[in-house]
Parts: sequence; C-alpha cells; structure tokens
Amino acid sequence: MTAIPLGVPRRLVEFTLDGQEARVPEGSTILDACRAAGKDIPTLCEGDTLTPKNACRVCVVEVEGARTLAPACSRKAEAGMEVRTDTERARHSRKVVLELLASSVNLSTTPRAAEWIKEYEAKPDRFGPDAARVDEEPRVDNDLYVRDYDKCILCYKCVDACGDQWQNTFAISVVGRGFDARIAVEHDAPLTDSACVYCGNCIEVCPTGALSFKSEFDMRAAGTWNEAEQTETTTVCAYCGVGCNLTLHVQDNEIVKVTSPHDNPVTHGNLCIKGRFGYQHVQNRD
Amino acid sequence: MDLHFGDSKPTDEEREAVDALLGPPGSAWEAPFGDSTVRSEADLRWARGGRAARERRDLLLPGLHAVNDRVGWISDGALDYLCRRLTVPPAEAYGVATFYSMFSVKPRPATVLHVCTDVVCAAAGSAELCAAVEGRLGLGSGVSVERSPCLGLCERAPAALVVRAGSGAGAGADAPHEPGAEKPYATAVIAPATPEATVLAASAPEAAEPEPPASLAVPQAGQPGLTLLRRIGVVDPASLDDYRSHGGYAALRRAFTLGPAGVIREVTDAGLVGRGGAAFPTGVKWKATASQPDRPHYLVCNADESEPGTFKDRVLMEGDPYSLIEAMTIAGYAVGAHKGYLYLRGEYPRALRLLSNAIGQARARGLLGDDVLGQGYAFDIEIRRGAGAYICGEETALFNSIEGYRGEPRSKPPFPVEKGLFGKPTAENNVETLVNVLPILTMGAEAYAAIGTEKSTGPKLFCVSGSVERPGIYELPFGATLGELLDLAGKPGNLRAVLLGGAAGGFVRADEMDIPLTFEGTRAAGTTLGSGVVLAVDDTVPLPRILLRIAEFFRDESCGQCVPCRVGTVRQEEALHRIAERTGAAAAGDIALLREVGRAMRDASICGLGQTAWNAVESAIDRLGAYE
Repeated sequence: MTAIPLGVPRRLVEFTLDGQEARVPEGSTILDACRAAGKDIPTLCEGDTLTPKNACRVCVVEVEGARTLAPACSRKAEAGMEVRTDTERARHSRKVVLELLASSVNLSTTPRAAEWIKEYEAKPDRFGPDAARVDEEPRVDNDLYVRDYDKCILCYKCVDACGDQWQNTFAISVVGRGFDARIAVEHDAPLTDSACVYCGNCIEVCPTGALSFKSEFDMRAAGTWNEAEQTETTTVCAYCGVGCNLTLHVQDNEIVKVTSPHDNPVTHGNLCIKGRFGYQHVQNRD
Repeated sequence: MDLHFGDSKPTDEEREAVDALLGPPGSAWEAPFGDSTVRSEADLRWARGGRAARERRDLLLPGLHAVNDRVGWISDGALDYLCRRLTVPPAEAYGVATFYSMFSVKPRPATVLHVCTDVVCAAAGSAELCAAVEGRLGLGSGVSVERSPCLGLCERAPAALVVRAGSGAGAGADAPHEPGAEKPYATAVIAPATPEATVLAASAPEAAEPEPPASLAVPQAGQPGLTLLRRIGVVDPASLDDYRSHGGYAALRRAFTLGPAGVIREVTDAGLVGRGGAAFPTGVKWKATASQPDRPHYLVCNADESEPGTFKDRVLMEGDPYSLIEAMTIAGYAVGAHKGYLYLRGEYPRALRLLSNAIGQARARGLLGDDVLGQGYAFDIEIRRGAGAYICGEETALFNSIEGYRGEPRSKPPFPVEKGLFGKPTAENNVETLVNVLPILTMGAEAYAAIGTEKSTGPKLFCVSGSVERPGIYELPFGATLGELLDLAGKPGNLRAVLLGGAAGGFVRADEMDIPLTFEGTRAAGTTLGSGVVLAVDDTVPLPRILLRIAEFFRDESCGQCVPCRVGTVRQEEALHRIAERTGAAAAGDIALLREVGRAMRDASICGLGQTAWNAVESAIDRLGAYE
C-alpha cells in the first residue's frame, strides 16, 4: 500500500477569482486556485517540484487594489482578495513577455510556447531583425548532457534543483547581470571541470530544452528525434536498493532518455547519475 | 554540502588579503592544498567549520572587496580560497563576483579609472574627457579606463574616480605614503575633471589634490534657517567633540527619555515619510518592525545612493557623518535592533572614510557598543560597502547583497518588516530619512509637522544639477515650487525641461515652474519627487541623447532576474537608437512599441527598477514632445 502523506489540516481561504467564489486551503497560490477551477494560465518558470521563482512573469494576474500585476505562481491567495486572470491588462503583459522571450531566445523546444504565442497574438518579429538575441552555440563538453543557452530563459529552475532545493551540489549559478546574465558553473569552466555530479536533475526541471540529454541533442541534430513515436515505461531502477522510479523513453526499441515521475513521494523526479544516464547496459545486445 | 573547490591556488598576496579579513585559517582543512599548513591526522578526523563557517556567508562581499582592493581583480584561486574559508560553493561566489561592476574576474591593471558618463556628466563633456584621457594614457599605461554610471558628484561634473589596488587596504588617499614603498590601495576623486588632472591622479592617486569640502556642494551653507544642512560647513566632520558642541546627541538623549514607543509616536506624529523615493510613512514601518515577535530585529541604512543625479546622501555623510550615526542609533533603539548595517555605495571613498572614523569614535566614547550612553541599550553599526550595482538600492536586493548573494530583489510579500535581513524583521531607511529624525526629536513632532504642507511635512533636500548657475544640495520646506528652487540655483534663460526624481523619475516642461515640490503636488501634476533630483536641461542639450543614456543606464543596471526588465530594457534602448534622429510619422511605430513594452515592464517587473525604467522616456514623449 502506498502511504499518501496528508499533512496537517489547513483552513480554507475564501476569495474571488474572476468574479466567482473560490475556496482554497491556506497557503495555496493563485495558480493552485486557477488550476483547481480549471483555468489555464500560461507558466514557464513554475515547476511542480520547486519553489516558484516567479522570474518569467508570464503567469501575471490582476489583483484588485494592487499597483502592479501579481505572479499567480507565487502569490498566495488571501482571504477577500479579488483576482482577475483574463483582463486586458494581464493579457497585454503576457503577450509582451512572450514577445520579449521569443525574440531573444529559441523557444522551439518549449512545450506549449507556440500555442501561447498564437493565443496571445504575440509577434516576436516586431522588434525588427536587429533585435539582440542570446545567440550562443550549444556547449557540448561531455557525453551525458548538453547546455544550449540559446534556448535558456533564465528561469533559475536548474540552479534551484542543483542547489538547496534538491541536489545540494551547488554546481551552477546565474552569473553576470542583465541581458548578459547566463547560467554557468564556477569560473565559467567546462562542465567537466566543475562540481557537477551529472545527476541530470537540472535536465529534469528545464522547461525549454536548454538542457538536454546528449542522445536527444544528437538525434535532434540528425533529424531522427520523434516524440510521437516514443513510448514511455516507468520501472524501478536496478542499481541500488532505494527503488527510484525511472521512466524510460524508448524510440525504435532504443532508450533515448530517462526521466522520473514527479509525483513519486520519495524522489519527486530526482535521480542520480546511474539511474539517469546508466542505461546502456539494457540495450547492449552483444 | 559536499563542496568541490578545484585545484586553483591563491597567490600569497591573495591569501594575505583574505586572511587579513578572516584571520588565519583555523585548520589545514580551510587552507589551500600545497600550503605550508599540512593537514594533520587530527584535521582528517573531523571537518571544522560546519554551521559556524556557513553562517559567515555575509563576509563574501567584504572578502571579494579585500581581494579586489589588494590585487585589482579576482582570480580563480583567490575566489576558491575565499569560498573554502567561508564554505560557499564556488559557482555561487562566481555568480556574486560577476554581478558587481567594480569587480573583475579577468586580469586587469591595478589602477582603474571610472569616468562618469551619466546624464549630467555627459552634458558636461565626459565623452571628450574619456577620449582625451585614453589618448594621453595610451596602451600599456597600467590604467584601465571604464565608463561608469553616475558617481554622485553631479554638482562638480564631469567626474572621475581612481581606484588603485595595493597593500594597506582601506588606507585611501589621505594615508601617509613612503616613496618607493609598495603602491598602497588608494582612491582619488577628480571633479570637475580635466584631462590633465585625471591623468595625473590616475598615475599617482595618493598624491592627487584633496577633494573640496562637502560644504561647497551646499550653496546655502552657513545660512540661518537650515535644519538638515545646518551643520554642514560648520562642524568638523572628523570630530565628535565638534559635533556634540553643535547640538549632537541631544536627540538621542531625548529618545532615551521617551522610550522606544515614544520615539515611534513622535516620528509618526511628525508625519515623516521616506525620502528614498517611495515615500512610505516611517512611523508605520518602525512600529511594524518593533512589534514583530521574531528576534533579532535589524536596522539597515540604505546609503546606496545610485540614482543618476542624486548626491544628497553623500553630502550629508561627508559633511555631517555623526548625525547619521546618531540617527541610526535612535532608529535602532525604536525598532528594538541591536545591530545596524550601513550599506554604503562603493563609489563613495570619502564618505566611507569619514563614517568609519565616526563609528570608531562613537564606539570609543560609549555612544555605540554594549551600553549606549549608559542607558543599558546595546547597539553597534557595521558598514557594508557596495561594489557598483544600482539595483542594490532596492531594499530587498540590498539584503541579498549583505547576505552574500547576488543583489537580486526578492518578491514581496513577505515585506522586510516581517522577513528582511537574514530573514528577520528589519527596518530599512534612506540616509536623508534617518537624519530627519534628529530635528523631530529635538524640536518635537508638532513643530516639525508645522514645516511644509499638511501631507508632506518637514524640510526636504533637493539635488540640483545640470544647466544651473549654482548646482548643489538645497534645503527647502516642502511646498516650495520648482520655480522657487530653480531661482535659488540660478535658472538658465534657455531652460528646456527639468528631470524630476532622476532616471526613474520624469521630465516636466520649462513652463511648469508652478509645480509644488510636495509628494501630493507632484503626483497631482502627473510626475514624481522621487529621490529629490532636479536636473535642469537647457535647449543646447539634445534630448534624444539624454533619453538614450537613460535607457542604456537601465539596460546596464537590470539584474536580469525577470523577463520584462531583462529583455524589455534592451528593446527600449534599441527602439530609441532607431528613432534617435527621427521625428513624427517616422518615429510613430517605434513610439507605439515603446509604449507597449513600457506598459508591460511597469506592470509585470518584479521590482521598482523595471517598473520605472520607462518613466523618463514616456514623460519626454508625452510632456516634452521629444520626437514630434
């Protein structure tokens, strides 16, 4: 039997969401309430296993009486609050934020980005052909994973996952400032000279594909990556006795990458280097 | 934490610089490999440091300063050694070191010349100054010339600051220097800067001409009727006795007779609101901090005055440093704090010197320490030096900076009064706000509230610069008009516009001289008082160039945390570049684009930097017709 931690009972907070009465447990965010009410708010930097960083600002909503818009992912619902999620003002900010992002980085592997750009009628091209872009070559310095900053939206999720929220390795950080800010390891060295332990938990949380398995990166480059043809099988890692869940992504009878279910109460999607990358022995057919 | 430090080693000089701050390593565990301190068997049995070492993370910024002051830049080995001493992950420390513009993680000459290229200095010829200085210094001069945002010396534009790394950190230009000895750490301020004086100061900062006294920045100095500026030019800023003979520490005595709650009541009744730009009621902030059950409480003085055109806090700190120390003590007493941090911008060497001296003197005389004035109240002040980041003037970014993290703003709520510095209840006030507490206590809340208007009480400092005859700091009661202030400073005949509130503020037209200088009056006129900047622009200065400089400033100073600000400031600058020489229909498309981006920046940015980055440009378009 799986034990489901229930936690201490929480009081309900009553507030107004788009004119409707909403009741959520104390401590819930506006985004939690929106999802419970079946509202689809776009989010990029928010992640189900990490404390929201609210850096992307694509989930902003209007809170009655507030001077600025509030990020739904991290603003807690308060009793009596009046929240509007779909006002012209909120939609305008989301549209511009999507335009700013899509004009500066490559969102081609960001799930749902194209859909939102269409929904909000964002036109990333309107900043002109000379608009500054991140424009960086992918960093391929090891055989396990690739850093492609051209796709990085600086959501800080990899930093948080590598740091005190999960892995406690602290191998990566944001360096520099403003538009020149980048994710990097110490001294901006190659990954192999850094504190990285190759757990791949940063890949697990990356929302844009800026961090990807070398296998996926190579297949995309060769044009053979085909998600529609892939099957996913969740199994138990055989390396040690912890029993972490692995989800094997298989294409043409080959494992192409390994993820882990985020709803697992023990690992929450985290793995170690062996579980994440040590799958070659499965398909060794000699 | 299992930290990985790599194999880069510090040089002897770098290690000395770090050890001078942190003391010698406690065990071979902290020392770099290959050091003379060989790991003993005992060292291998346990790791010392642990929690105690990790809790010293707030020494990261002082540690980076120590290395930068000594060597001029921060090498891999120096950074790793500092990280080992403080148990900070090197990746995070690298992120911090690369955040500040006064640090470099790449080799550079020991002497760095910062030439201010911001709005006021640009109008006074900083581009020509840069060109001339670079021409004279030439390659291989051993001086790195860097273009700097506002150095806060606007009354003496154009301005330059020399920082030369070397041993004897903290000495400064006034320290004795033996010829032939190792070049000391030295700073020199040159303003107004001529190419000759700048080149001379860059090659021998310790021999540079001393700065003129702070009172020269106060054209009203010595006049009767001044409140905040009354001691400037009158007292010796280095002498505690002189400060006391001019009424110093009377306010603190009154504070002790009133008790903490009484002080807060006086400040509330006086109607004091914050002078840093946000105009939040000080009494409300203090009361909220004082009433938090969580302990300890902290007091933070925000002296990171980096708003272009603002220099009032520098003049207060340089002309009357003890008043700030006394005011901080009173504020700390009121909010129940026993420790105050004075976060001073890194570009103010003279203020650093005078405040350090003032704190030392006050400590020696029992005005700071375990038992202030024999009243059983313990309070001490620590100065933290910024390292070139405008964003650190944002209250929560300042906390992160002190704590040894990147100076990125935190999202609010929770507010600082609840969770501030080190996650504890914190009252953070600007220098001018704190100094106002002294007259409130000495004259009483009622008399203080009688100055100014009903909603904006007390005296106010204005930083007047640009095209006026007598630039400087002016003190006027709230309610004087813009025209009255400019008449005092010598209004030019060809005035085109006035920038109120600095780069984050807004422009008003030359025919709007009736605007009352109050919070409510400027708000009613659709503009802001901000930090008290009054920058006069005459019709010889091309407006599009000023707007471009403002956009460039925000692009440079954005921390990069949130998308609207990180990318929006870049798009704003690009659009202004495109329309620099255009007007009317040719500019209309880009102006519409600017409006849309500006609106999203104002609505969706995390902090005030992104929210206000479009204010000045918008006001120039709407009020001045900048591109018509």
